[in-house]
Amino acid sequence: MAVEVAVPVSSDADIIGARTQARQVASALGFTHTATTLIATAVSEVARNIIVHAQRGSVTFERLESNGRHGLRVIARDSGPGIADLARAMEDGYSTAGGLGIGLPGSRRLMDEFVVDTAPGRGTVVSMTKWLS
Amino acid sequence: MSVPILKQGPNLIASIQSALSDEDLIRLRDNLAAQVGQYRSKGVVVDVSPLDVMDSFAIRTLRDIAHTTKLRGAHTIVVGIQPEVAFAMVQLGLALEGVATALDLEEALSTLGALPGAA
Repeated sequence: MAVEVAVPVSSDADIIGARTQARQVASALGFTHTATTLIATAVSEVARNIIVHAQRGSVTFERLESNGRHGLRVIARDSGPGIADLARAMEDGYSTAGGLGIGLPGSRRLMDEFVVDTAPGRGTVVSMTKWLS
Repeated sequence: MSVPILKQGPNLIASIQSALSDEDLIRLRDNLAAQVGQYRSKGVVVDVSPLDVMDSFAIRTLRDIAHTTKLRGAHTIVVGIQPEVAFAMVQLGLALEGVATALDLEEALSTLGALPGAA
């Protein structure tokens, strides 16, 4: 497992930077144009969550290889307030920030694997993976 | 990067040129709402074909543009959503409900020209 690149996220321009980076990494790994778009869209959502809820954080891209399968893991990390009610945050339409409440559940649908590690006061780590089919 | 807005007869055409930040999208929404009043426009076309990602914020802002301009008396049509972007929007769970779309500018202008009251 090799760290490809880490992108700091602290402004709304960085959201564009994170998804551009997602596109480059995914495309270099051999993902189709459609899969690359799904990944870039999910990255945009988790990067925006960092800005809205924690103001700053980072998005890291890792190349995966497991049992002959190749994939891309995206890790969005922040030291913000954390998520008090993760089960509700994973429901469509639940938002504490006046958004559409689609960021986390929507990103989960765009990716193959999706794990959130969070607790109040401990920040949030979203780890999401797409496998090359 | 700001979005140029062209006045063409009774319509306004906003041609997005490249990826937009959240701030750019908000500015586009506000400029369109203001110009619809200034020019008494009846139709608005927003061309999103250069966008290779439309996330929830972009989709929400486009929806806001359509609803805001409607309250100002103009009909908005979003054109040029790329096929893979459309697929991602469906997966994400946001498909621009209640907003008119067309494949391209030509189709949108022909739809706007056929609306009652069009010049």
